[in-house]
Amino acid sequence: MAARGCGGVWRRALQRGRGGSCSASRLRRAVACNARGGAVPLGQSGLAPWAPIVGLEIHAQITSNSKLFSGSQVQFAAPPNSLVSFFDASLPGTLPVLNKRCVEAAVMTGLALNCTINKKSLFDRKHYFYADLPAGYQITQQRVPIAVNGSLSYSLCKDNKMSQMVTKTVRIKQIQLEQDSGKSLHDDARSQTLIDLNRAGVGLMEVVMEPDMCCGEEAAAAVRELQLILQTLGSSQAIMAEGQLRVDANISVHHPGEPYGVRTEVKNINSIRFLAKAVDYEIQRQIKELESGGTVLNETRAFDSKLGCTVPMRDKEGKQDYRFMPEPNLPPLILYDAKSLPANVNHQQVVNIDWIHERLPDLPSVKRAKLVELYGILPEHSFTLMNEDGLMDFFEDVVKQTQMKPKKVIGWILSDLLSHLKQNSLTAKESPISSFFLADLLNLLENGDISSSAAKQVFEELWKGEGKTPLEIVKEKQLELIQDQEELEQICQAAIDEREKEVMAIKGGNEKVINKLIGLVRKATRGRANPLLVKQILEKKLSE
Amino acid sequence: MLRASLRQISAALKEGQVTPTELCQRCLALIRSTQFLNAYITVAEESALKQAEESEKRYRRGQPLGELDGIPIAVKDNFNTAGIETTCASNMLKGYISPYNATVVQKLLDRGAVLLGKTNLDEFAMGSGSTDGVFGPVRNPWSYSRQYKEKFVPRSDSEPENWVITGGSSGGSAAAVSAFTCFAALGSDTGGSTRNPAAHCGVVGLKPTYGLISRHGLIPLVNSMDVPGILTRYVDDAAVVLGSLAGHDPKDSTTVQDIFQPFALPSLTDVSKLSIGIPKEYHVPGLSSEILAVWSKAADLFKNAGAKVVEVSLPHTHYSIVCYHVLCTAEVASNMARFDGLEYGHRSDMNKSTESMYAATRREGFNDVVRGRILSGNYFLLKQNYEDYFVKAQKVRRLIANDFVKVFGSGIDILLTPTTLNDAVPYMEFIKEDNRTRSTQDDILTQAANMAGLPAVNVPTALSRRGLPIGLQFIGRSFQEKQLLTVAKWFEKQVQFPVIQLEEVKKHDSGVLQHKKSASFS
Repeated sequence: MAARGCGGVWRRALQRGRGGSCSASRLRRAVACNARGGAVPLGQSGLAPWAPIVGLEIHAQITSNSKLFSGSQVQFAAPPNSLVSFFDASLPGTLPVLNKRCVEAAVMTGLALNCTINKKSLFDRKHYFYADLPAGYQITQQRVPIAVNGSLSYSLCKDNKMSQMVTKTVRIKQIQLEQDSGKSLHDDARSQTLIDLNRAGVGLMEVVMEPDMCCGEEAAAAVRELQLILQTLGSSQAIMAEGQLRVDANISVHHPGEPYGVRTEVKNINSIRFLAKAVDYEIQRQIKELESGGTVLNETRAFDSKLGCTVPMRDKEGKQDYRFMPEPNLPPLILYDAKSLPANVNHQQVVNIDWIHERLPDLPSVKRAKLVELYGILPEHSFTLMNEDGLMDFFEDVVKQTQMKPKKVIGWILSDLLSHLKQNSLTAKESPISSFFLADLLNLLENGDISSSAAKQVFEELWKGEGKTPLEIVKEKQLELIQDQEELEQICQAAIDEREKEVMAIKGGNEKVINKLIGLVRKATRGRANPLLVKQILEKKLSE
Repeated sequence: MLRASLRQISAALKEGQVTPTELCQRCLALIRSTQFLNAYITVAEESALKQAEESEKRYRRGQPLGELDGIPIAVKDNFNTAGIETTCASNMLKGYISPYNATVVQKLLDRGAVLLGKTNLDEFAMGSGSTDGVFGPVRNPWSYSRQYKEKFVPRSDSEPENWVITGGSSGGSAAAVSAFTCFAALGSDTGGSTRNPAAHCGVVGLKPTYGLISRHGLIPLVNSMDVPGILTRYVDDAAVVLGSLAGHDPKDSTTVQDIFQPFALPSLTDVSKLSIGIPKEYHVPGLSSEILAVWSKAADLFKNAGAKVVEVSLPHTHYSIVCYHVLCTAEVASNMARFDGLEYGHRSDMNKSTESMYAATRREGFNDVVRGRILSGNYFLLKQNYEDYFVKAQKVRRLIANDFVKVFGSGIDILLTPTTLNDAVPYMEFIKEDNRTRSTQDDILTQAANMAGLPAVNVPTALSRRGLPIGLQFIGRSFQEKQLLTVAKWFEKQVQFPVIQLEEVKKHDSGVLQHKKSASFS
């Protein structure tokens, strides 16, 4: 190809603002976002409390083999400029050809978010010069997007208590299809910019959420729910760390009853945890600014995850006029439903909304309800199972392989497995204990082969990931319950003989003291005695 | 032999009277001896001879690919051609070699056509004279015809430059066909860029219905109006080329899905069932009396042959120029945004910042006309202007299109209009006015067909008092190219347009074109 390679481009004159030092500590005053959605921290000025307003714009990369308007492959972390078609490099004379898969993904997502799907939507060009935007414009859907007027329900816990979940709804303004840009790498040392066009032209869904949220926690919960929905649909992998889900937050504060305040847009947020932090920081910053007599500027800010604060960003050449124009090379995007589908049409070539609707998988909310009903677990447990990557599958795998009731299994999953995973920053898929081994272990427990304290010991051993089966560990450590009644009775007798004082107390009516004796037996047996059985024997012996 | 029609030469190839190589060599020799016309930007001698050789093998095996096998053609230099420079007559793309063929180019090559080279144009097809490209103006072959020389009386000795322009922007293609250097050429037509030079050079210029032929690989001027155009010496030949180009292209979403049936044109004997519309709005101020006379004579010709000739009204016609100006510049501003010096094309040495590099690259790469259109287009697209200009222009465009719908709905089959206001003017006169003024005047009769996406064809009709060609335009219903060309063919037969009598070309080869790029013959 004679076209020049996409080599070094001069670095643009960047003024990456470093807006003063971050004073995160001074702003530590917690945003007491109450989950009822009410207004928040009291203003120092004695006025009505400040009400933060948070809206989100989310770009989700569509999971698709090829790009939105070209046949180039889509792949994360491929060698630079290895996935670039003539169209992606905007060679003169090339034309966009819409990828049906991307349309279907957007329709699917729109339906899952209760949107109205527009049977006719349009594409527009949005113009700006940037080195990683080779055509000088992005093809997007400014005038009539593919889906509008939806809603997303999400839940979060009140006052950080798992037992008090609250469900809220954010309105979805629209979902639009658009092209992703390439990537610029600024090489400061050589003062040049390198361009990678692999991402240029990848299909994005931009989900615009109305400003219905009021704190970082709400924004985070809404995005997490959206992420789960996208992943369930398969319309986007939605992995934030890989840039498949990018969240920009629009934030302002005002006094209820007054007009909305000037808003800022916070970008560069690459995890859900940072989203919550960024939003809360920005709310506090604006309140602080306003209370000290300052003003909030309408600006774009970046979240600095290391400093935990937001800093002003260089705006793209100040106020941009994107000079929108209809994309003349793409006819209107027409979608059909069962009613409007022409009789003699090739089904491969059209998108049928009803057909997609009928095939939508269970959404996370439905899945949670099913978990509660099927396994008798608590609703909040169903949230944890779904929110933790891969945990639900792990749980269901264990349940399938064990006789233990799901209600009991959930305890092991949430308190033992999950806490270990979290301590080591692992996902369920990376767990050193397989679902198979955990099920094995729970079976040993359920069969009365080992005590629950022994089971915990086995769990710790399994966590080391040395490949030993639970049974091997039980054997090796001699953790089996003592099945021999006579042996147990002897041990119990020894305990009674040893502790005259306690025995007297029990006989005197203080029955609780029996637990001390049970503890003694447990120690003597190193957890290998069935505590119920031990209690029975002790009681019997003491009443003799 | 080079004066034959495409169909005649095709028959000669089939019968072995001439071989593709011989034909190709003759054309190349003529291109060389008519180099002063400046019709070609690049002559692809080597690859053309190779293609001719391949064609020859097929003929020897008795397996030619069809009527176009071995036929020398030329392509306007705003169609991408793999391995051959595609410049758009702009500094921006000087030296640019595309990695792919435009769909229309590929289709011609697939049918065995021999691509001689790339023809000259106004920079990025913005113009109506073929005078505004970086490789210099194209000279109308009729400037060197006996017909013109006999009539031409020099006004004074101080006017040595009496040669006339070709019209444009596909002037190179029109001149190439007119001067017998090829049998067909591709042009592009956005506001008349194929029909206008066809009229001035005395050749057939067909602008097919929007959506019938793929634009993939055509470097766009106005995407919503651009159509690849076909230039030939005879109507029948245009139908042959159309047959090989038309049809859906998965790479161009604006092409229609319907299957296209190539057709040969019947010889019409009876036109009594035809209804010819004469739109009164095409009788514009500035229309020369001579052309008006040719137009009404043509109407009489139909009337006398028994056709129904009706005066019709297309009331919004006179808004088309201003409307076109808004829509054209807006799309130009957008389409030209990609020429930033990064991925391909010219890049300025300016390296203070990316922005300054962009600015310098675009200043150095584009001529005034392109830059002017980019500026006005961006102005029309500004948020505060969009409704007042772009949206309004789109509404007017709809009205213009509806005018045609109404007229054709009233039973009119074909519209007959002039193609140009005048015959071709001398270059020295032409350049007295700026590109914008000229385009406004010159596109006036051709542009509405682009607005409405309708097929239209220029048919050479008569010679002016100055011995220069005058053409008339037929506009047909959407996708009714067969009917349109059938009528055009009947008309062509009636008028018996004279063949150009090119004088000995050698004596004009006087080194007037030193600025022309030296790599012309590769």
